[in-house]
Amino acid sequence: MEKNITVTLRVWRQENPKAKGEFKEYKVSSTTDTSFLETLDILNEDLVAKGEEPITFDHDCREGICGMCSLYINGHPHGPATKATTCQLYMRRFKDGDVISVEPWRSAAFPVIKDLMVNRNAFDQIQQAGGYVSFNCGGAQDANALPIAKTDADLAMDAATCIGCGACVAACKNGSAMLFVSAKVSQFALLPQGRVEANRRALAMVAKMDELGFGNCTNTRACEAECPKGISIANIARLNREYLKAKFNS
Amino acid sequence: MSNLFSSSIGKKLIMSVTGLFLVLFLLFHMSMNLVAAFSGEAYNAVCEFLGTNWYALAGTAVLALGFIFHIIYAFVLSVKNRKARGADRYSVTVKPKSVEWASQNMLVLGLIVILGVVLHLSQFWYKMMFAELAGIENSISATDGAAWIKFYFSQPVVAVLYIVWLAALWFHVTHGFWSAIQTIGWNNNIWVERWECISRIFATVVCVGFAVVVLGFAIGIFPLC
Repeated sequence: MEKNITVTLRVWRQENPKAKGEFKEYKVSSTTDTSFLETLDILNEDLVAKGEEPITFDHDCREGICGMCSLYINGHPHGPATKATTCQLYMRRFKDGDVISVEPWRSAAFPVIKDLMVNRNAFDQIQQAGGYVSFNCGGAQDANALPIAKTDADLAMDAATCIGCGACVAACKNGSAMLFVSAKVSQFALLPQGRVEANRRALAMVAKMDELGFGNCTNTRACEAECPKGISIANIARLNREYLKAKFNS
Repeated sequence: MSNLFSSSIGKKLIMSVTGLFLVLFLLFHMSMNLVAAFSGEAYNAVCEFLGTNWYALAGTAVLALGFIFHIIYAFVLSVKNRKARGADRYSVTVKPKSVEWASQNMLVLGLIVILGVVLHLSQFWYKMMFAELAGIENSISATDGAAWIKFYFSQPVVAVLYIVWLAALWFHVTHGFWSAIQTIGWNNNIWVERWECISRIFATVVCVGFAVVVLGFAIGIFPLC
């Protein structure tokens, strides 16, 4: 049953990438059936009505698909709900009177643009380095013309569910992007169309990841625990395999 | 093969291979120590076999190189990781339940292990292999390893320091072993939990093996015969 709830949001405010940021507290009234982003919308309407600058934050589909929403809420990327994005987080997760800390992703490779919005262009650059198939695969094959083991198809599909939100980097104490890169490499490496360029892809994407200043994976598994899509670190092992194989073949 | 070791995965591979080499050495050293629990004479025979011959010296040099590379790359990677985290830190952090404490504190645990190694080398390697090579005379013969074990582990402070060292080593190996396998790429959805379990078992066997010898000599029940 829907209940009214009043919480204090402790929000990171930062004017621009170079400005010094600070936390500001706002009291906001919402309901348990209201989403967290909608609660931020309510707060922003209040701020605009008062003539204050609204809080800047990323969002788009609000269906957990696009990977645009971010936010580090009470010590978790995407908040306390497991396998859910911030847009799928509802206020019923909190209690009346709670103080909720809301911060942007913290990583050198994801600089803050304003308030809670960070620049995740680094992920686009990694994708552009090799996260695609560059040749014409032709039309859809007849069923069974190109046999693919069910287990491989499932693993490729699981890897492809990565929405590139950056929660893995935000959760990692090293600011490592290995879970993201491994998912993008795996979704192709497991399928025949992707194998053709597997070596070039692994080398190019890892080189770009290193160049952009992401940290090294120390296998803490924090990325996997916080990933809204449940991407497994088994993909990181596959990326390591693919990369080392490509290096020895080059 | 070009630039393998300048890449993040290449550097991790060095940590992985040297780490696996070091845990194999730990298993060998622990097995050797257990001999001392049964017989001082048998232990001294092993020490004599592994004494100041060229094979042992070459082995020691390779071991030292593995250790040095492991430490150097641990710092190289840690510096890069710290930089990658950025200047601002989260004001609230919550460790997910599935994240091992050891995995987030490998550098600190490693530093404790290094201190333990320095203590160990100053007490045993320096007084045994080095003393034999340099012709240094001590109250206990350089070839009498069993007597040196008894001498040091019968001192409570030394025994406690070794147990602290072994506890840090246990945490370090529980994460390091499976992490090394993961870095080589020898892992998948099924084996990821199995390797973690194997790591815990391996670390427990090795560290309990070492601790039993320390405690047995500390309370005076070793050697058994």
